[in-house]
Amino acid sequence: MIKTDKLNFEYDDGSFKLENIDINIDDGEFVVIIGHNGSGKSTLAKLFNGIYLPNSGKIYVNKMDTSDEELIWEIRKSAGMIFQNPDNQIVATIVEDDVAFGPENLAIERSEIRNRVDKSLKTVGMFDYINKPTTSLSGGQKQRVAIAGILAMQPKCIILDEPTAMLDPVGRKDVMRTIHKLNKEEKITIVHITHFMNEAVDADRIIVMDQGKKIMEGTPKEIFSRVKDVRNLGLDVPQVTLLAHMLKDEGINIDDDIIKIDEMVEKLCQLK
Amino acid sequence: MIRDITVGQYYPSESTIHDLDPRFKIIASFIYMISIFAVESIIGYGVVTLFIVFLIKMSKIPIKYILKGLKPIMLIIIFAFVINVFFTPGKVIFEYRIIKVTSEGLYRGFFMAIRLVFLIIGTSLLTLTTSPLKLTDGIEKLLNPFKKIGLPAHELAMMMTISLRFIPTLLEETDKIMKAQMARGADFESGSIVNRAKGLIPLLVPLFISAFQRADDLAMAMEARCYRGGDNRTQLKVLKYTRKDLIGSFVLILYVASLFAFKMVW
Ligand SMILES: Nc1ncnc2c1ncn2[C@@H]1O[C@H](COP(=O)(O)OP(=O)(O)O)[C@@H](O)[C@H]1O
Ligand SMILES: [Mg+2]
Repeated sequence: MIKTDKLNFEYDDGSFKLENIDINIDDGEFVVIIGHNGSGKSTLAKLFNGIYLPNSGKIYVNKMDTSDEELIWEIRKSAGMIFQNPDNQIVATIVEDDVAFGPENLAIERSEIRNRVDKSLKTVGMFDYINKPTTSLSGGQKQRVAIAGILAMQPKCIILDEPTAMLDPVGRKDVMRTIHKLNKEEKITIVHITHFMNEAVDADRIIVMDQGKKIMEGTPKEIFSRVKDVRNLGLDVPQVTLLAHMLKDEGINIDDDIIKIDEMVEKLCQLK
Repeated sequence: MIRDITVGQYYPSESTIHDLDPRFKIIASFIYMISIFAVESIIGYGVVTLFIVFLIKMSKIPIKYILKGLKPIMLIIIFAFVINVFFTPGKVIFEYRIIKVTSEGLYRGFFMAIRLVFLIIGTSLLTLTTSPLKLTDGIEKLLNPFKKIGLPAHELAMMMTISLRFIPTLLEETDKIMKAQMARGADFESGSIVNRAKGLIPLLVPLFISAFQRADDLAMAMEARCYRGGDNRTQLKVLKYTRKDLIGSFVLILYVASLFAFKMVW
């Protein structure tokens, strides 16, 4: 779905660069990108969407080269993007008008826009708010409306740049449930950027960024079992993983690749 | 106080006034504005008052809510009144040292204040009963004929949509920054004008910075959603004239005609 080939990018002021990034995200995958502040996650996301263009190397979205100007709208249509601040990506005052914004830009026919708006709002569970002012919604609800706005463009992939960073725990959970649902039921490829480790444990794959480089890649178990490496990068590991490690250091016979609470409970119960 | 600003806000409700076509409402508002400045007699303003009260009743918006919108601009109205009262030459009816009040001044000040009040009520009625999308769509359609001479109708309408969308967000933010500064001992409500103006700097600087950040973010989000100007764009909601607009036109004609009939215009 998204493939980068020896991607290099540098901001005009030379303050930051991404170096030699090779990433290959398959159709239908749920990939999480983690890394501490300033490691280049947002920059990478904007490159995926053709907002920035690489200095050298290539990015292919759905087999389309992002540096091909003629394909840019096709690329943005197939890879939608959700940003961190829910207030700054909603264009219209009324929920349904905002969801319609994308399809309107694609010159979709009116009756079809109507169908898509209703269906997308139902999918994200915001159909009851269809005629509500967007400013009256909570952060999590705004983010779900933004997701519906992207869904209405019928993308194959959605890139979410820290969509939960500004939300309360309830909103965070709702948004996470929604994007997992899109991945499972609608088979939409998800690239989720986050710094909440518990949002990464359910991913198919995790990519770890540091100082503009991809430095680790693997399944959640592979990544988090390297507790020391991860913590050296200034990142956390899920609390249960940390606990498993501490127990193991104390000489208790337990796996050190436990990342979920259920798993931990099960393993602990098997101990005698 | 900042939360009281209702100009430019939409008040959703089911009413005939809400259902009218925005193009008709915009044109009607212009005619209404001209009428306010043309009328020069007490009975004339009686007709205007009847008309606007009728519209407010029809719109199902609480009168209180509309009057609340006058509060923030009360100062301007009082200012206009005072300026007219003291600085209009004519027959002096009251004098104290350099202050002179003339009867012409009283008369003009009174009408100026009344006009401003009617103007604000009229324009807020337009925005309160018309969703921003319809409003800007109406403006875009009305400006369309001027596209040929290079007027960017769609872009203007889009700018308005976004401004209206962000008014509540920015007001909320102003409120938040004000409270944060007040918690640190800032004082926005007393002291001399100069001091108060100075006190606004720590309010305005963060507000501007955040507004630019928002503009930047929004532009990026719009591009990511394939926005590329008004050409080749469809719309979910299309404007249509209905019978209600026809009836509305009759009411409007009736209003203008009655002003003329009573010779209240000039
Ligand atoms: N428009 C820009 N121009 C120059 N430097 C930038 C710009 N945007 C971000 N940066 C810099 O690039 C680095 C990486 O930023 P970013 O990709 O936003 O990281 P992350 O999303 O991982 O926190 C930061 O040091 C930031 O200061
Ligand atoms: Mg970021």
